[in-house]
Amino acid sequence: MKSMYNKPLPVPTAETKPFWEACRKHELRIQRCQCCGQYRHYPQVMCPHCYSFEAEWAKVSGRGRVYTWVVTHRSFHPAFADEVPYATVTIELDEGVRVVSRVVDKKPEDLYIGMPVEVIFLDVTDEVTLPMFKGR
Amino acid sequence: MSNITELRDRCAIVGVGETTYTRGTDKSSVRLHLEAALNAIQDAGLSPKDIDGYFAYPHGGVLAEHIILNLGISDLKHSATIHMGGAMAVSSIQHAVLAITSGVCNYVLVTAGRRGYSEQRVSTMAERAGLTTPPLFSIINEFEAPYGVFGVTGFFAASMRRHMYEYGTTSRQFGAIAVACRKHAMLNSKAVMRKPITLEDHQNSRMIIDPLHLLDCSLETDGAGAVVVTSAERARGLKHVPVYITGVAEGHPDRPFSETTKVVMTELPGVRKAAIRAFAMAGLTAGDVDLAEIYDAFTWICLTGIEDIGFCQKGEGGPFVEGGRIELGGKLPINTHGGLLSEAHVSGINHIVEGVRQLRGECGERQVRGAEVALVSGVGDFGDGGVMLLRR
Repeated sequence: MKSMYNKPLPVPTAETKPFWEACRKHELRIQRCQCCGQYRHYPQVMCPHCYSFEAEWAKVSGRGRVYTWVVTHRSFHPAFADEVPYATVTIELDEGVRVVSRVVDKKPEDLYIGMPVEVIFLDVTDEVTLPMFKGR
Repeated sequence: MSNITELRDRCAIVGVGETTYTRGTDKSSVRLHLEAALNAIQDAGLSPKDIDGYFAYPHGGVLAEHIILNLGISDLKHSATIHMGGAMAVSSIQHAVLAITSGVCNYVLVTAGRRGYSEQRVSTMAERAGLTTPPLFSIINEFEAPYGVFGVTGFFAASMRRHMYEYGTTSRQFGAIAVACRKHAMLNSKAVMRKPITLEDHQNSRMIIDPLHLLDCSLETDGAGAVVVTSAERARGLKHVPVYITGVAEGHPDRPFSETTKVVMTELPGVRKAAIRAFAMAGLTAGDVDLAEIYDAFTWICLTGIEDIGFCQKGEGGPFVEGGRIELGGKLPINTHGGLLSEAHVSGINHIVEGVRQLRGECGERQVRGAEVALVSGVGDFGDGGVMLLRR
């Protein structure tokens, strides 16, 4: 089944590789400035607050709330055509950064802004694990 | 230059032009740009030989060199490509003003447009390009595409939902913008979409990405537009009454990254910042504006633009657009040509073309009578904005 996976996969860069490696281990890690302690996502080279290049990949709670969501009815990619309508969700993690994902145990009509969610991990191929979310 | 007010009315738009707008063409993007450029240069009563500055379009496979080569411009003094998406047209005017007032250039050409129906369709972008889209999309391809988020429609639908949540804005209020644009397009023979629509048609149009209905989305069209700018002194000796650039500014987001990571998801940060500077340069306020051509890639962008320009308080865009206020005959007619929603999507250069024609009084049935001040805005997908105030 995994070998049949035909959806777009992340192509990690030097900057983003630690994020995806952590996901492989079923850990959600977010870049955090080692100088001023601010979290940042998506990954970037330098802290825009204190200009430090030093960052750690801090393990985060994996908990957050639905910030907004959309329901795709018209597939913009053939690999998703048989899934429509599907909801993609922007989640604000407790640490303050936002991620896009899916809430796998909720139907689109049951989503609401502020819904508490927590991370789970889906091994979509032998190499790639995607963080997903479920209600909590 | 100590103060941007010193740029006020120093330059004017003296030529505007466009191609026919279509859904389907055999013409190349370069050909479309050249046709629009010739029309604008002719409208100004100039020759391509007069052009000594050129600001080029970043999309659609058109390079500045293609245009320079074909127009036979032999002594170009300044050229750049403005990578600001739908804010590039207004931003290019700011560049033109800087190039002309500094004495580097005399006549500056700006072109924009693409084969947006026949080739660069947003709806098939992900499929066609295999996700190898422009550099800023790489982070989205990595972190959002695996979940099924592709391109701008998904980004802005998310912001639209958030606007509805924070301010109680309704789908019908967004629909009022679609209806107003269509009414205006019906008075414009160049507009691609001229069949009347009602609020009910908007509500019944199929969902593309909920909360965006089909009729919340701008058109995919083929075509291009062009504008010629010169100094106020030179403008006064040309064919048409000059349309003065009384205020112009660009603005950029705090985080030019993605809609998801925007500090405030419900605003257009570049537009908000540009509007402050454009009004300051012009010495005008929102109340002085007779008509506004507001960037409308989606109804949400238009409604939020109205707020962030300052036509109403933040969050009050929904009630503001209701009741005909933004229609011809209303207090603030917007997108008198039909906008990107109903005329054509040429990255907003058609908004400049229409603003100029309105101030010249050339718009026939859709003319805003006595119009003296027009506002034009542009929006780039990563938060860039441009705002311009024109006066006759």
